[in-house]
Formats: sequence, structure tokens, C-alpha cells
Amino acid sequence: MSTSDVTTTPAAPVAEAAPPGVRLRLEDAALGRPGAPVLHGLDLEVTSGDILTVVGPSGCGKSTLLRTLAGLLPPLGGRVSQDGAPITRPHADRALIFQEDALLPWRTLRANVELPLAIRGVPRAERRGRAEVWLERVGLAEHSGRLPHRVSGGQRQRAQLARALVGEPRAVLMDEPFGALDAQTRAGMQGLLVEVLRGTRATVVFVTHDVDEALFLGDRVVLLGGGAQGGGRVLDIPHPRERAAHDAAATVALRRQVLESLGM
Amino acid sequence: MNAPAPTVRPRPAPEAPGGPAAAPRPLLRRPWARYTLRAGSLLAALGLWQLLTALDVNLWLRFAQFPSATDVVREFADRLGTGAYWQDLTDSLSRILTGFALAAVLGVSVGTAIARSPLVSDLLGPVLEVCRPIPAIALVPVAILMFPSNEQGIVFITFTAAFFPVMVSTRHAVRALAPVWEEAVLTMGGGRGRVLVSVVLPGALPGILGGLSVGIGVSWICVISAEMISGAYGVGYRTWQDYTIVDYPGVFVGMTTIGVLGWLTSTAVELAGRRLTQWLPRTETTGRAATTGRTATTGRSGATGRSAPVRKEAVAP
Repeated sequence: MSTSDVTTTPAAPVAEAAPPGVRLRLEDAALGRPGAPVLHGLDLEVTSGDILTVVGPSGCGKSTLLRTLAGLLPPLGGRVSQDGAPITRPHADRALIFQEDALLPWRTLRANVELPLAIRGVPRAERRGRAEVWLERVGLAEHSGRLPHRVSGGQRQRAQLARALVGEPRAVLMDEPFGALDAQTRAGMQGLLVEVLRGTRATVVFVTHDVDEALFLGDRVVLLGGGAQGGGRVLDIPHPRERAAHDAAATVALRRQVLESLGM
Repeated sequence: MNAPAPTVRPRPAPEAPGGPAAAPRPLLRRPWARYTLRAGSLLAALGLWQLLTALDVNLWLRFAQFPSATDVVREFADRLGTGAYWQDLTDSLSRILTGFALAAVLGVSVGTAIARSPLVSDLLGPVLEVCRPIPAIALVPVAILMFPSNEQGIVFITFTAAFFPVMVSTRHAVRALAPVWEEAVLTMGGGRGRVLVSVVLPGALPGILGGLSVGIGVSWICVISAEMISGAYGVGYRTWQDYTIVDYPGVFVGMTTIGVLGWLTSTAVELAGRRLTQWLPRTETTGRAATTGRTATTGRSGATGRSAPVRKEAVAP
């Protein structure tokens, strides 16, 4: 599926100017590589401090959406902005976590986590300290001196998480970060993510193809692509996480709703 | 031949309970056995040489006029005592090191620029591709025309010989880099310079080292040939001089010197390379490489024991 219409229904009526509290915003955006648009007519808002999960089948443009938000891929049309300012290039204020192993293999975990701070010119002693705090927080304190290939895949993703959050970005974009992990590790990482994010005010866009993961992590869930109607839409699910914790029946209903919307 | 068995014991058992490193290595894979084999290989070659020349073997290949290994050793011992030998040696070494250092710096710079910039690629690519097939030694006339002294000409030829392997391997290595590393640094707010220093150069280093390794070998071939043709002093010059006065043992001293120097310099390049790329995941069978990891300064067997369980872990998703 190369193109799919995405008409989204925002959670609240949108004022002309971006209301305070909207961190990331797409307005009538067309996304993709030049000559190969994947998404168009996309309207989306991510509220400050929210976790927005994006779910959809492979090839629906989830990664494209994230890369555009990161500033790695310019939008083909429409407006893409952070706090009202158009996103034109990558910025340290929007950290990106990749599905693949994006740690620099020649740097130890600690040196990888220090990198964003080093780029910003933070003095050595301070960045060492801040990296240690984050490595501790993601449970890698004892492995900080190891090279990425000397630790497990789950530990590498923990290190990526620490590296993304150490610079205290206002937005964190996550591209199926747990997609390559086994079920048990994945569940542990989801718990860790929720726990770690609680301490920050980061706005998160989390892309996944796993409906359960999307429901567990998301304050709101967006469906992209798929479905008989061939279009994606925002399924506005307020705080599914709490609900999931309290009410198994509600989770089942939500899950069915999502799967039906995806045409599965 | 079961004497070495106790040497397996010092490996720390608690580190690798039942790990793959716990199995004793086959006899011929143990360090002392490997060094013995290597020395034996050299000695056997020398022995064969001595045998063929001492018996004046004259079948299809003729060894009657061939200097024997002992002749050459005797000549070698004589020459080692002369200042001229060491003068030639340092002349050749300084030429090759200068040429090779220039080739390393320029080869990596140009290779990176071509790989990263379509403009540079279009501007320099065609010229370099036309020059590349020309054997460096065929540039002797060019060197004689261009450079005021022979010395610079020889360095130029040595440089050209090493430049192309380094440039080409750098170009390939830089183009083959995983884009995800660069994107990661970009999303941390890094600019072009940061990407170059933190991603491109370290990431391309393993490939670059391959080029340097080839380059130093080709450099030796060319520095010796250039000295033979146009040099004043140097190992190549001396070897050719000995040939013109029919001093065959002297020729063999020259050849041996070239061989040993070439071996030493390429080993130095290899070792430096291994040191710089300790981060590369290596398999257990490459033994030494796997144990020179940053955590493994405590010794060989201990390091192997420690790395084994980690490697197992790394295989898991």
C-alpha cells in the first residue's frame, strides 16, 4: 500500500492557533520520500506529556511519520511543527529511538549515553555523572563499561532509552523499540519505559505493530493505514493503561475495537 | 605429548560454568604450539634451501650456482657489522614511512570526501580512476620529470602505490556505513563535523585498515623497485648493485632484508589496526583478537573465560 488517506479526528476541537499543551502537530501533512508519498492529509496533535502510540501494519507509514517528526525527512506538504515552530531538521530536543541497534558499536554503553551531552558541549565530569544516573535508572549500572555487542539485545535497548532521555528532550520518538525483543524482555521493557517516563515530562510518540503494546503504553492510540476503508484514523482512547490495569473486560473490548478498525 | 594438560587449569572456572571456553583447546591451537609451528615453517624452508644448494641439485630447476643458506647467513652477518647496511635500511624505511603516511592521510581524506559528496565524486572520481590502473613503478619518468630530487620521486612513487588501495577501501567502507548511526547522531543535534568524527571515521576504520594493510605491502614493492631504477642508496639500490657485480649472496641479503622489513611493517599495521578496532565483535576461534578486548587486560586465559558467557548472551535477542 503506497498511499492511504488518513483523516484524523482530533480529540478536542482545534483552535486556529496551536493551543498551549500541544507539543507536536501535523496539519494536512503529506509524508514520504519525494516521489513516493506514503501518507497525506494527516492531521495529528500530541499533547505535551502524553504518550501517543501509533499502531498499524507494516508499510503503513509509521516509521515515515516518526522520521518526519524527528526532522530526518522533510514533509512533502502541509505543516509539521513542535511547539508551533516548523520542524525542518533534526534537533536534540526530539530524541529518536530506533528498532535496530543504533548504539555506536565502538563506544561503551556509558560513552554512548554520554554522546548527546558531549555533542551539546556538557563538561566531561558533568556528563559522566548524568550518564551514570540514567544508566542506573535503566538498570545498566554494572554494564556501563561494556561494548554494545557484549550485552544482550534488551540491554542495548535500555542503553538506547538512557541515551535518548539523558539530554532531557521535550519529545521522544520511538520506532518499534522493542520489536526485536522476546516476549518476556519486551514486557519488562514496557514496564521500565512507563516507570522511567514518569520521572520526565517528555512527550512520547511510540510506534508499534503490536496492538497490546499500543494499548498498554498509550494515553492515546492512533491507527494508521489498514482497514477495509483503506484509511487510517485516530482512535481516541483516553488512558488505556489505567483501564487495562483495572478492568480486563474493558481491555478486551478496546482490543477488539482496534483490531476491527485495522480490518483484522 | 600430554604434558600441556595442567596449563589448562588456571582458567577461572566460576566465570564460565560449562561455557564453551571450558573445553580444552586442540593441541595445535594452543599458543606455544602455534609459535612452534610458525618457527618450524620458516626453518623448514631454510633447510630445504640449504639442502638443494648443498647437493647442487640440477634437475629442471638449477641450484648449482645458487648461494646456499649458510653463504647468505655468513654474508648477512658481515653486512650487519657495516654502517652502509644500516644506512640503506634507514633510507628505505624513511622513504616508505613518509610515502605511506602521506598515502594514509590523503587516501582516507579523499576516499571519505568522494563517498560523502557527489560533487567531489564527480570532480575527482574520473581523474583518479584513470590514474588508478597505472602501476606506480611506471610513474618513474613522471617522478623524474616533476621532482627536483630522486628522493622526492621515490617517496612520490611509494605514496602513489599505497594511496589507491587506501582511498578505494575508505570509499567503500564509508559508503557501506549503516545510516542508522548517522541518523542517531543527527537526532542528538550533531552536525556534519560531529558525524564525521563520531560516526564516519570510526565506523569505516575496519575497512580503512584493510586498505592500509594492502597499501603498506604495495609500498614496499614500489619503494624497492624505485630504488633499483633511480635511487641512490636504500635496500633496493644495494640489492641491484650487488647483482650488477654478481655478488649473489649480497642479493639474497637484500631480498631477505626486504622480506623481514615488509613483514615487520605490515605486522605493525595489523597490530595497530587490531588495537584500534577492539570493539569489533570477533569469534572465539580468532583467539587472540577476542581476548584483546578492553576488559581483558588481565591475561589470556582469564579473558577468554570471561568473554565466553557474554558472547553467549549477545546471541540472545
